[in-house]
Amino acid sequence: MDNRPLEYDYTIAKMFMLTTVLLGIVGMLVGVILAWQLAFPGVNLMLGEGLAEYTNFSRLRPLHTDAVIFGFTLSGIWATWYYVGQRVLKVSMAESKFLMFLGKLHFALYLLVVVAVVGSLLMGITTSKEYAEFEWPIDIAVVVVWVIWGMSIFGLIGIRREKSLYISIWYYIATFLGIAMLYLFNNMAIPTYFASGGIGAWYHSVSMYSGTNDALVQWWYGHNAVAFGFTVPIVAMIYYFLPKESGQAVYSYKLSLLAFWGLMFVYLWAGGHHLLFSTVPDWMQTMGSVFSVVLILPSWGSAINMLLTMKGEWQQVAASPLIKFMILASTFYMFSTLEGPIQAIKSVNALAHFTDWIVGHVHDGVLGWVAFMIMAALFHMAPRVFKREIYSKSLMNTQFWIQTLGVVLYFTSMWIAGITQGMMWRAHDEFGNLAYSFIDTVTVLHPYYTIRAVGGTLYLIGMFLFAYNMYKTMTSARRVDESELQTASPMGA
Amino acid sequence: MFHWLEKHPFFFAVAVFVTIAFAGLIEILPNFAQASQPVVGTKPYTTLELAGRHVYIKNSCNACHSQLIRPFKSETDRYGHYSLSGEYAYDRPFLWGSKRTGPDLMRVGNYRTTDWHENHMKDPAGVVPGSIMPAYRWMFKNMADIDTAYAEQVTVNKVFAVPYNAEIPMADGSKETVKLAATLEEAHADALEEAKAIAADMKDQDVKDAVAAGQIPEIVAIIAYLNSLK
Repeated sequence: MDNRPLEYDYTIAKMFMLTTVLLGIVGMLVGVILAWQLAFPGVNLMLGEGLAEYTNFSRLRPLHTDAVIFGFTLSGIWATWYYVGQRVLKVSMAESKFLMFLGKLHFALYLLVVVAVVGSLLMGITTSKEYAEFEWPIDIAVVVVWVIWGMSIFGLIGIRREKSLYISIWYYIATFLGIAMLYLFNNMAIPTYFASGGIGAWYHSVSMYSGTNDALVQWWYGHNAVAFGFTVPIVAMIYYFLPKESGQAVYSYKLSLLAFWGLMFVYLWAGGHHLLFSTVPDWMQTMGSVFSVVLILPSWGSAINMLLTMKGEWQQVAASPLIKFMILASTFYMFSTLEGPIQAIKSVNALAHFTDWIVGHVHDGVLGWVAFMIMAALFHMAPRVFKREIYSKSLMNTQFWIQTLGVVLYFTSMWIAGITQGMMWRAHDEFGNLAYSFIDTVTVLHPYYTIRAVGGTLYLIGMFLFAYNMYKTMTSARRVDESELQTASPMGA
Repeated sequence: MFHWLEKHPFFFAVAVFVTIAFAGLIEILPNFAQASQPVVGTKPYTTLELAGRHVYIKNSCNACHSQLIRPFKSETDRYGHYSLSGEYAYDRPFLWGSKRTGPDLMRVGNYRTTDWHENHMKDPAGVVPGSIMPAYRWMFKNMADIDTAYAEQVTVNKVFAVPYNAEIPMADGSKETVKLAATLEEAHADALEEAKAIAADMKDQDVKDAVAAGQIPEIVAIIAYLNSLK
């Protein structure tokens, strides 16, 4: 072999970077519309009475969650996989025509699924299960896309030069296996058209599980879709991008081992905390509660490992907006993985469940941790993929502060809203009657819903700045050569 | 061991899979046989009710309304008896929800009427001042999908042995039977009969006309479903 450095092929990574940005904007735009609808119900009619069915809160709500999870986040996971995978395995996609073909097929089928999902959700074709709303024909397509990704992972691993798998690869493998198992089991359904001998809608199906069992499987899935979609692959990213960008070695290998295997073992048990005080058996609720608290250990293990990686190099946080994004992401990860276990404690859950506090928790995790890390990853990748410096450092800084403010407004308003509503639901007067009618507990939330909508809007503005910065980086920033790409990403003013 | 695993991707993947699958095996499997037994008085849905349940799902009502009453005084005061596992035996999918932007609906049939729902779906804030629920006026225009509801009844009867055309014990000691029509035409006729009874309590002239002409608007189906929640 000659001494030339490997030329990595980023064709597929670029495709997924594009959908990350686009679907991020779509998902968050829909979220912002929903937030304003809750504050001002008139927004439900924003396109008039005739289209009310399609602009209504209830039709848009699943579109928001699915666009952010399966659009933005999944695209981000794949964009980074097709970048990180090659680099840590020391093998280029270009070395295998088959893997290149798989990658392109992966992207093309993914786009088809995205179109089918958007169309069907707007039409109200849904199974109603959260983050598993797709009917069986789309589920089958999702499984095909997933299998292709699996072939791509193990194909690339099969022809690797670096024999030892880097930490990020562990997490990508776990993402692949975890989601595969969860998705298959939760979406088991019988198509009614075939079972009834050709009656009714061809795409309709009925769940294999009923009632309490269905709930159990759904939240075993739902919680762990968060685990293997919003945690595991994002940890994969930070383990690669933070050391690369900062030029620092990962603080502790042993800690990363503990955090990885701990997370794998503990996370799946915690799903029960979505079902506290429901009709699933008590022992399962208690297990869900206890393991949720235990989950702090592996979560903080990763987060502390990342923060300690910056030991002695904290001036980089002030100097580089890219490092800022990652450190804030890691901090929000710690915060969110402390808040979650607190909410999973039975007595706290009795108050918090069904309220906006849960919504706030999801968003400090997703906006603060997941989205910040994905955007940081894309910022780091852009100069290496496009061979240009990042267009504007000051724009990055502006985006960072606008979005941080947005997240803070979001979760603080939702804390207050959730706890206020929870307290009002349970309040009794001196004679033991309920103190408030339900509507009292809704109208009181108006100011917090408005603040939340402002916070969400700020975050969305940040997304537009991000998209603009990425676009300019791709098209008109100063060209750089390989020597400038060794550690910290080059940035224009 | 870990160093070895990191150099052997296949065994690494197997180890990860076993580690994550473990919890599911222990938590989920043992409960399956037990939890799906109906309690006394739990009936399968009629064709029209099931069509209404589909309208409920189509519009993601479950995004804002729960169907799970927790065993707290504040909840039983507000919504009625706390939920029992067996009451959900025929719910595919379950519709517990995870957020109460609006109130719980598990037993809404006990305290709301056809008339109330009709007015409320047209103009929620007109019935409950301050309500942030949007109006669902298209339900008065769109027709319910009786075919698919019937197909689902046939499916659950065949595959999961849901007891249609069988005697079901009620709380007061009597027996009731929920009919599964033999043909699609018969299912339509039965659903229309049920729809007529509901339309008789409604004011909307378009809905009354549609039902008189043999059609079933979504609003009629969803009211049948909501009234069945007790």
